[in-house]
Amino acid sequence: MGRRFLASTAALAAVVLIALLSQAPAAGQAPSSAAKATTAGKAWTPPRTPDGKPELQGIWSDNTLTPFERPKNLGAKEFYTDQEVVELAKRVREGRPGEEIEGAQLGAANPQAVRYDLELYGFDRTKLRYTSNRTSLIVGPEGVVPPMLPQARERNAARAAKNKGHEFDSHEQRPLSERCLLMGQEAIPMTPGANEGNLLQIVQGPGYVTLLHEIDHNTRVIPTDGRPHLPQNIRLWQGDSVGHWEGNTLVVDTTNFTNLTAFRGSSENLHLVERFTRAADDTMIYQFTVEDPATWAKPWTAEVPWTKTKGPVYEYACHEGNTMISTILRGARVAEEEAAKKGK
Amino acid sequence: MRNWLGDSVVAGVLAAALLLAATHGAAQAPVYRAPRTPDGKPSLNGIWQALNTADWDLQGHAASKGPVPSLGAVFAVPPGLSVVEGGEIPYLPAAAAKKKQNQANWTTLDPEAKCYLPGVPRATYLPYPFQIVQSPQTILMSYEYAGAVRVVNMGAPTKAPADSWMGWSNGRWEGDTLVVDVTSQLDSTWFDRAGSFHSDALHVVERYTPRSADTLTYEATIEDPKVFSRPWKISMPLYRRVEKDAKLLEYKCVEFAEELLYGSLRKKSSN
Repeated sequence: MGRRFLASTAALAAVVLIALLSQAPAAGQAPSSAAKATTAGKAWTPPRTPDGKPELQGIWSDNTLTPFERPKNLGAKEFYTDQEVVELAKRVREGRPGEEIEGAQLGAANPQAVRYDLELYGFDRTKLRYTSNRTSLIVGPEGVVPPMLPQARERNAARAAKNKGHEFDSHEQRPLSERCLLMGQEAIPMTPGANEGNLLQIVQGPGYVTLLHEIDHNTRVIPTDGRPHLPQNIRLWQGDSVGHWEGNTLVVDTTNFTNLTAFRGSSENLHLVERFTRAADDTMIYQFTVEDPATWAKPWTAEVPWTKTKGPVYEYACHEGNTMISTILRGARVAEEEAAKKGK
Repeated sequence: MRNWLGDSVVAGVLAAALLLAATHGAAQAPVYRAPRTPDGKPSLNGIWQALNTADWDLQGHAASKGPVPSLGAVFAVPPGLSVVEGGEIPYLPAAAAKKKQNQANWTTLDPEAKCYLPGVPRATYLPYPFQIVQSPQTILMSYEYAGAVRVVNMGAPTKAPADSWMGWSNGRWEGDTLVVDVTSQLDSTWFDRAGSFHSDALHVVERYTPRSADTLTYEATIEDPKVFSRPWKISMPLYRRVEKDAKLLEYKCVEFAEELLYGSLRKKSSN
């Protein structure tokens, strides 16, 4: 099953909250100039596939030190200076285990902080880096997810309340990620994980772009032939994605999510628009806009620079190696039995 | 003289034509030439599906009662001819016994029942479609069942970094045929619901040959000296899903396998 498989199992066990770790090949103190040009694709012309489409192919890593939301102390500051990025990256590399530096939490980045052999994960602390000057992946003056609407808070609270006290009753009450149904990173929009499995492989064929996410071998085969979405009654964990080209950018529109595919508390009416633009030979800008009027008053957007890497993408057989659900449930049954004995 | 010459020329031409027909035309159907991708390779792009009962049993079998009689005729086992060349899988004696045991305990042992990744070649003839997406460097095969996937390397052959459920695929073109060499598969997958199995020594060579606009011939040579007395071969047509806007949907079967895997661990008082 190999090293990465063991790593998957360890990741699934989620014993340690692992900080942002990198598989990026090009360790730089400062982000590449291409990554700084966040409205990318203007100066640099991507190569073409044999059928004339912009070439997005290759293996990419979305790993970054940039936090998803902007640290509160930064206020409306949207970008660091180059100098600040250099200093931050240095502090991160030298940071103490558990320390939080501008939103980047250090945990397993320090070999002494974990009980696992870091080499198992293929991580190299010297390669931790910021992939842009942004202070958060979420763009705009706020830099955070907008406040959730009251109706959405109630909806999510009701669901949590329903499960309360029954968390260990059966597999059905366990989180989707524990069941290998939908892992955090695997879900779309695709956000960097604080863990392994940040690899994405793109393969393009005539009329299709396929995106293989290492996490749980999740594969999206996205048609770019102008077809409409699936009928509304067909709901999918990953939604239904259709794509089209706008200049050098692949634009992917996704709807038809299930009511359990909650992205940061979203509803089944989540509408997602993702934009993939090559900004340089080794850089892709992945931008996504999240719209869900049942959850947020306005749409919001994040931007994640991806870095080309060499892979390989390993097989992430999550369900096949899942010993956690049975262990947890067996433990709960034993605990109940013992409690019953004591009660007699 | 002139007539004789004329006759003999005619006879000679006829004989040559007959000979040609015998060696070429008559021996095999005209060779189909597949459409080309923009980079000049045979195009296998599309959504494909087997239309047979190989996943029930690679070998020939009559119809039989389903595993859950209360479900009636809907989930009975459909009959089918063997897709194995020569009809029988050449098991070694000990392996034949294990195959029988697998078959007897099929419903709880079959990795498909547990929604585990299917391995190769089973992924191809599961009763779900799969899609081939071709680029010059890599060919991605995405399977509806369990969201299984593999990326076939079309460059210089590479070695597997680790064993895996779907194995490691190196591909090459032989004329219009895509030949994929698959190694490094775990011993945990099966070939069918009849308990056909293999070890970690499995080596599969697949051949995908276009035979018409909407059909491929799929062949797989299976070699595993720990389980079989000799290499053996399966062969079947694959059919293109020609519906407008045909699309792989999600078949995340994990949630359908959980009761089988974890049902006994439910809290007794809960429903």
